Amino acid sequence: MRTDGAATASARASAYAALIAACFAGQAAAQSITAVSYGGSYQKASTEAWFEPFTAATGIRVEVEDFTGALAQIRAQVEVGNIHWDVVDLNTSDVMLACDEGLLEYIDAEMLPPGADGTPAAEDFVSGTLSDCGAGVVVWSTIYAFDASRFQGARPETVADFFDLERFPGRRGMRRVPMYNLEVALMADGVPAEEVYALLDTPEGLERAFRKLDTIKDHVVWWEAGAQPPQMLADGEVVMSTAYNGRIFNAQVLEDQPFEIVWDGQLLDINQLAIVAGTPRLEAAMRLVTFASTAEALAALGRRISYGPARASAAPLITTHLETGVEMGPHLPTHPSNMTGALWRDWAWWVDHQDELNERFSAWLAR
Amino acid sequence: MTGARVGRVGYLAFCTCVFIFLVAPIIVIVPLSFNAEPYFTFTEGMLRFDPEAWSLRWYREIVENEAWTRGLVNSLVIGVSATLLATALGTLAALGLSSPAMPARRFITGLLISPMVTPVIISAAGMFFFYTNLGLAQTHLGLILAHATLGLPFVVITVVATLSAFDRNLTRAAASLGAGPVRIFRTVQLPLIAPGVISGALFAFATSFDEVVVVLFMGGLEQRTIPRQMWAGIREQISPAILAVATFLVVFALALLLTVEWLRRRSSA
Amino acid sequence: MGLVLPLLIFLGVTFLAPLGTMLLRSVYDPVVADALPATLTALRGWDGEGLPPEAAYEAAAREIGAAREARTLGQVASRANRLQSGLRGVFTRTGRDLREVTEGPWREAMAAIDSAWVDPGTWHAVRAAGERFTARHYLNALDMQRLADGSVARQPEERRIYLPLLWRTLLVSLAITVFCLVLGYPIAHLIAHARPRRAGLLLALVLVPFWTSLLVRTTSWIVLLQTQGVINDLLVAIGLIGDDGRLSMVYNMTGTLVAMTHVLLPFMVLPLYSVMRSIPPLHMRAAASMGATPAQAFRRVYWPQTLPGVGAGSLLVFILAIGYYITPALVGGSSGQLISNMVAYHMQTSLNWGLAAALGALLLVGVLVLYLLYDRLVGVERMSLGS
Repeated sequence: MRTDGAATASARASAYAALIAACFAGQAAAQSITAVSYGGSYQKASTEAWFEPFTAATGIRVEVEDFTGALAQIRAQVEVGNIHWDVVDLNTSDVMLACDEGLLEYIDAEMLPPGADGTPAAEDFVSGTLSDCGAGVVVWSTIYAFDASRFQGARPETVADFFDLERFPGRRGMRRVPMYNLEVALMADGVPAEEVYALLDTPEGLERAFRKLDTIKDHVVWWEAGAQPPQMLADGEVVMSTAYNGRIFNAQVLEDQPFEIVWDGQLLDINQLAIVAGTPRLEAAMRLVTFASTAEALAALGRRISYGPARASAAPLITTHLETGVEMGPHLPTHPSNMTGALWRDWAWWVDHQDELNERFSAWLAR
Repeated sequence: MTGARVGRVGYLAFCTCVFIFLVAPIIVIVPLSFNAEPYFTFTEGMLRFDPEAWSLRWYREIVENEAWTRGLVNSLVIGVSATLLATALGTLAALGLSSPAMPARRFITGLLISPMVTPVIISAAGMFFFYTNLGLAQTHLGLILAHATLGLPFVVITVVATLSAFDRNLTRAAASLGAGPVRIFRTVQLPLIAPGVISGALFAFATSFDEVVVVLFMGGLEQRTIPRQMWAGIREQISPAILAVATFLVVFALALLLTVEWLRRRSSA
Repeated sequence: MGLVLPLLIFLGVTFLAPLGTMLLRSVYDPVVADALPATLTALRGWDGEGLPPEAAYEAAAREIGAAREARTLGQVASRANRLQSGLRGVFTRTGRDLREVTEGPWREAMAAIDSAWVDPGTWHAVRAAGERFTARHYLNALDMQRLADGSVARQPEERRIYLPLLWRTLLVSLAITVFCLVLGYPIAHLIAHARPRRAGLLLALVLVPFWTSLLVRTTSWIVLLQTQGVINDLLVAIGLIGDDGRLSMVYNMTGTLVAMTHVLLPFMVLPLYSVMRSIPPLHMRAAASMGATPAQAFRRVYWPQTLPGVGAGSLLVFILAIGYYITPALVGGSSGQLISNMVAYHMQTSLNWGLAAALGALLLVGVLVLYLLYDRLVGVERMSLGS
């Protein structure tokens, strides 16, 4: 009887050891790197357009982790010297800031492949999409969108309407960061797009932006991940929300949601791929960055979600949406019909001010 | 007398409301997890019991989604290892604490139970700093040690409680018959305290299986557990798939509860 | 004793050492001192009036460049930035632009990169950030600051964050304790004096939530309380509110209060129940036979005997409530956050780990005091786990 018990116990123990071994073996068997992206439909598009083809081509597995765009986790990993992210997808001002702080590896533009038409990389990349530590991938934009089925009469058309609680009552979704919110507050307050950053550079301008935000603060639901705004609109949790334009596009075409984008006051931005400094998987990470920033890979992404390519030679390759056949052009943020009242993010200004403003913004939120 | 009647009815009505408050939130997610639409409320079809409005799509989604299945494996590996560790160390310590010769019993008991009342955010922050220095962050081992620590107090409490109901003369009798301490433990003490040990182990397992803060601070992608996956889902995109996972966890909790109650009855009978 | 030793050693490594590391973090930070040793030495001779000597500029220029090469400039910059907002940019910009500068005079070169270098405040901040051992995280956590002359003063009104939050946390915990007592006392009474069979069933209704995953319960409350959720739908369906008048009950303080009361209620009911079970019904009958009304009998006879349970349950709920993190983080929105959420914010987002550690240490002391009180009044070994 007792030996029986011991035998089952040891059988159990060895089965258990095998289970643990199986868990750890997965990591060792094939080389694998971790890429970080923003979850939801953008992550799905990047996985299909970049990561899966990359694994097929090189045999290197790509684990995709999601984050909300904050530098904090990268700083934490570098500070404690425990790096488990390899390739990150960051907006341009974050790439520049993190590069200055020594958080990212340098990326030599000469190592990037030429364009689809043979143009050297340095010329093929649209100006502003390459930096010391990053290779540009997408041009995207923050806009605000509303659920058309909830507005019987007048519909929001301008950036000022987002702040107009009287004509358009109801809760608003906004991203829980100062970026875009400050710019949009000033534009809604009547400041022309080209004067926004000059004004934000003054204490009075900042004060004015926060005061404008105060007027709707009690009606705001704050979001962090790009996948939240379409969900909040669909659930009726908010009547309108700021959002990344591609997320709204995907909800429109793939889920038939009656969402409308207000392009007025859109804030254009560029995202780049970068490599976390000190990663032990530097070579594989560099191969992924090179792979994902080819014109073909950028076009493959652009046919899945409405973000424009960072390379000139990729633009003609983005024709229709792969799944639904929708013409992509009018849905890209840089399409001429969407550009009235548009503002390009001033990366240099944000590099200098984002820490200070992140702090001030969280203090403002906590009040 | 009518005043007392009214009072009695009011009291029962109040208690009924409190019981509804306790249980209704847990029950309500079960039917919602069979919603055919991606909404978190009862659709008209569901209320009409239209079979079209009910579906297993969210269950299919979690079974097919690698993130959830991997989370389950991680939760089980970490939970079972942490439980074994906590149970072994905790039972030993409880035996020690119950011995009459134990010095500074009150202080040491307080110390052993302190991980349970220390806010988990503080434990997690401390563990993040310390385990990172040791190279244990982002490893299964680190999380196993951390979860064993958080589960230990439950083992100590339940085993001490069982031992306090336990007749010390039995061990003395066994000793006088010439049995060594190991033999006494195996043949006399263990069978008697087994229900307490198993309850403690189940508590420890439940603690690990539900823990998210330490995983959040110390775990990487490879250590994602079910609660960590739920956390991401709740914060970023609530999909009804979460309700399917939640339903599974409710059933699991019921199973644990029934086991513990059954053990308690057995040990007190 | 020998039997307890393995566990004590284990806890020492897995629990006490981490707490110790955290406490150390709250007062010790060598990053700036290690990165800018010569600069700090040069600043030692500076009287704090006017600008520091050229030697300090030269050392700073060299060491900032070296830190950039060593990729530690970001860590130095973020610490300086906490003492004076804007300095992160100054440091990183200086590191970048100094690459083109090869010779002095360094004061002019650095002033040309950023005028902050000719502001004495910058150098005060550098000197303060260079202290290896510092009390500034605790000052910060108590909404105080050290002025340039070394004296300690309260932060200006609009920058006081933590004391109001601490206060809010205490009030919320107290409110939750009261809610739990009001809801828990009657049902504990009902269970304690019901017939065994029914008592078992009712007790199970309390234990089901106790065993159910916290995340599941929190998810349930989101589903129930959100604007398009079950409760709002119900209220609209029975016509109590209009479709446009839906209540905001989640992602704010209401959400935190409701969900936390639900989560902590079993911790109140279980100790109350075990005390009430030991009160013989005879006592109440005796009081009634002597002419006491039920209210009098309850107040004079029953209530005093349940006080140990009330104390144990309330203390336990209060202790658990003040350190709560998960529920407020998920259903609290921005108005329902507690002190733990601020610890998490500084751990994960602002990366001000010293401040996170100081806030954590303050919270830990609070909990420890309450825990000792609990031990004195109830005894920790009698902590109840569902019986």
